[in-house]
Amino acid sequence: MSFITRGFTGRGRERDDRLPPGQTLARDFPVLSAGPTPEVDTDEWEFTIRTESGVEHRWDWQALLDAGVEDVETDIHCVTHWSKLGTSWRGVPLDALFEEVETDAGYVMAHSYGGYTTNLPLEEVLDGQAWIAIDYDGEPLDPEHGGPARLLVPKLYFWKSAKWVRGLVLMEDDQPGFWEQYGYHNHGDPWREERYW
Amino acid sequence: MIAAVPRSGWHVAAVVEASPETPSARRLVLDVPTWPGNAAGQHLDVRLTAADGYTATRSYSIASSGPGTRVVLAIDRLPGGEVSPFLVDEVRTGDEFEVHGPLGRFFVWHPVEPGERLTDAAADGPRPVQLIAGGSGVVPLVAIASAHGAAHDPTQMRMLVSVRTPEDAFFAAELAELARASDAFALDHAYTRRAPDGWTGHVGRLTRDEVERSVVPAADAPLVYVCGSTGFVERVASWLIELGHDPRAIRTERFGGT
Repeated sequence: MSFITRGFTGRGRERDDRLPPGQTLARDFPVLSAGPTPEVDTDEWEFTIRTESGVEHRWDWQALLDAGVEDVETDIHCVTHWSKLGTSWRGVPLDALFEEVETDAGYVMAHSYGGYTTNLPLEEVLDGQAWIAIDYDGEPLDPEHGGPARLLVPKLYFWKSAKWVRGLVLMEDDQPGFWEQYGYHNHGDPWREERYW
Repeated sequence: MIAAVPRSGWHVAAVVEASPETPSARRLVLDVPTWPGNAAGQHLDVRLTAADGYTATRSYSIASSGPGTRVVLAIDRLPGGEVSPFLVDEVRTGDEFEVHGPLGRFFVWHPVEPGERLTDAAADGPRPVQLIAGGSGVVPLVAIASAHGAAHDPTQMRMLVSVRTPEDAFFAAELAELARASDAFALDHAYTRRAPDGWTGHVGRLTRDEVERSVVPAADAPLVYVCGSTGFVERVASWLIELGHDPRAIRTERFGGT
């Protein structure tokens, strides 16, 4: 039984089955990041997938678009307790980029312009579960939201959806990324409230 | 400093003091008997539970640090909000709720401990620290400035606080006292709507020139902590980079949407 606070009745009663435990609906789009916003032009932007055997696959902006952009409508959940439901994105599914990649690795470390990292199980970013997102709500992604391109992994808390993504490094063994080293959960499933360890 | 990282968890907190902080904010002093202590700059989650089991959870910065069981918060009322108006307007001394923490191990600062300056790690000397706050974003920076003062840390520390009016300044008396008590801590203000009597500086939204004049120069390679609304942090951090600061030495904490 949780602990009752005298006088608190709550006002956000529009509970929605799509809202994971401990989450609150956000009307705006909060920004969280550990440091300054990197400014990356699309003509300098480059994305790399490096396999465990050191093979590098590279895409520039046009090559990314050529891989096939699709619309994504999804709910997103931040560890700081806000969620947005039915958000609209456009992006390239990681499946399209992994078509050419041969790997037996179980994990990926996402790396960002600016130095941020976050780790993910490979099986949770394939099969239509993750995208390199380039548009939000019909507009190119703002730099403060990770533009020109961010990872979008809606099934996990949003710190896993690395902003300003520049590459994935495949790993045979799991390793913690940036926030994972600073106390966030290694996995980050919102439905299991995997917020902190 | 080598310190065990306290594991975070849920704790019952009792309100032992509740006092007005600014016209829109209130300071709450909590007693948390099971609190493991926290580093300066960390935050916690507050969870309120209604009689029917409904809960609401929000994150708040901690204005205090150290090993004690007293935890100081200063909460700004978010109009139309669900949790902050309750904490600012309705909670009273003796009330209890749950807190989870301490949280966040990146936006933190540790004072130089006596004797530590002779170790290899500090051989190049400690880095100066610049704190930059917009409005209620000053709360975690108050914890850092207080830890600096309490440790008599000689590291150069400077703080720039941007507020609408003098009445909107959080922890104004405490910060002024820290600046008075230590040559190593300097406090600068910027006022966006109205300045105190006798103020000869600029009044209006913080400018890049003011930031350049009142922060530790990039050449001194300071660690910089910026906390405030998203717009404030975006503007200030981009100016700092233009002024030559190393992006890797700038730590940010933001609240609110875009």
